Amino acid sequence: MGEAIVVTSGKGGVGKTTTTGNIGTALALMEKKVCLIDTDIGLRNLDVVMGLENRIIYDIVDVIKGSCKLKQALIKDKRFDYLALLPAAQTSDKTALTPEGMKKIIAELKQEYDYIIIDCPAGIEQGFQNAIAGADRAIVVTTPEKSSVRDADRIVGLLEQEEMDPPNLVINRIRSHMMKSGEMLDIDEIVQVLSIDLIGIVVDDEAVIKASNDGEPVALKSNSKASVAYRNIARRILGENVPLQSLEDEKGVLQRLKKFIGMRT
Amino acid sequence: MQEKRQLITIKGTRDGFSLFIDDSCTFDTALKELKEKIAAARPNKEDPMVAVTVKTGDRYLDEVQKTQLKEIISEENRFTIQAIESDVIRKADALQWKEESEIKAVNRTIRSGQVLEVTGDLLLIGDINPGGKVVSTGNIYIMGNLYGIAHAGSGMDQNAFIAASFMKPSQLRIADYISRAPDYESSGVYMECALIDKNEDKIIIDRLKRLSHKRDHLSSFERRMKNG
Repeated sequence: MGEAIVVTSGKGGVGKTTTTGNIGTALALMEKKVCLIDTDIGLRNLDVVMGLENRIIYDIVDVIKGSCKLKQALIKDKRFDYLALLPAAQTSDKTALTPEGMKKIIAELKQEYDYIIIDCPAGIEQGFQNAIAGADRAIVVTTPEKSSVRDADRIVGLLEQEEMDPPNLVINRIRSHMMKSGEMLDIDEIVQVLSIDLIGIVVDDEAVIKASNDGEPVALKSNSKASVAYRNIARRILGENVPLQSLEDEKGVLQRLKKFIGMRT
Repeated sequence: MQEKRQLITIKGTRDGFSLFIDDSCTFDTALKELKEKIAAARPNKEDPMVAVTVKTGDRYLDEVQKTQLKEIISEENRFTIQAIESDVIRKADALQWKEESEIKAVNRTIRSGQVLEVTGDLLLIGDINPGGKVVSTGNIYIMGNLYGIAHAGSGMDQNAFIAASFMKPSQLRIADYISRAPDYESSGVYMECALIDKNEDKIIIDRLKRLSHKRDHLSSFERRMKNG
């Protein structure tokens, strides 16, 4: 029996889709069976980020309407067998998707998969209600900006009214030098206001933009900081105790040596 | 023959006269005797006005009956009614009074977009985040951080106040007064309270310990009984 996790934020453009894709990929790398669901009808792009756009034949609305079987709509990832994607509809009627329909699909997927990661559309309207309907827990994504934190707070308030575990927090697009200089909200401040458990921090990394343009989730590339961050989140989801990534930039050998012998760096 | 019981008794006290109305007879009988009593004791036109306090014992008077009573006592008879006191109140009034004088304890975070409204005083154990709002007809006590909006005395109670462990609110409202945060970044204050300053005619923020000077009624439980 699998677990359904919804990735949501309220505000648009904070990295829900990227987070969904990468957490899913990272979990699949750890040999968990993962199914990603895109619920952003009309503005789908999880398939683009995953590089699976040209394989779409059926979508989630087709499944709900009964035009195809759930298995037919699922797209197996080209890189590994553990990952599948249920894409959103691009042109179909938005109103076809209902919370009941979502619950049914998720219940069916749970038989087969260990984790079902749901990409939620921005906003708090019907699309949001659909996305959270079948979820067992939620991950709230925010960036260190006031407007984003405000929307995340609103979302946490709405999630608290649902019957699910308290949501977890991912702080995305951290710029360490701005946080250090106080130009950006710092992590403690955000966690204190939202008062939910932090499950990961992801630095603002150019590799993420490049990877999503290439249709390759950054989590597959072992060298970048964001990649490590997403894989850490996946390990925390599995219940491992992983310390938060340091925001400091990697120091050179000389600086490390200086520090070691007690010189000021 | 049985001696007729006095239905109306008038006693002089330090604060003027007290007029006792027996609570076991019908209201009409009492009114009739009251008319007779007053007619008999009609004071001289030159005498000063006499203030009386009417005490009705265990009798509940509705508004119509109160008006009747006032007419008889006040009309050309040189008496004024200071107050009508009864030992009983209606159950609905009692429940309302209880509701208004109770402190409602709430333990949660008020997040952006959420509004918490209570009748009476509010004790919030938790934060009010930016964009969140609490409204109470009485005072607001916050054991936590106030970043959003707090509105005390929403039923036009200008004596209401807002006390918080930490406050850096976006707006404070008391009765019909509103004050907002300055446009520059401020640091917030610990253990302070907000209340209306009658002299300055605006909401001020002061240290909590000053509250006892400015709102001395706070310690007495009966304040609301007197007010309403």
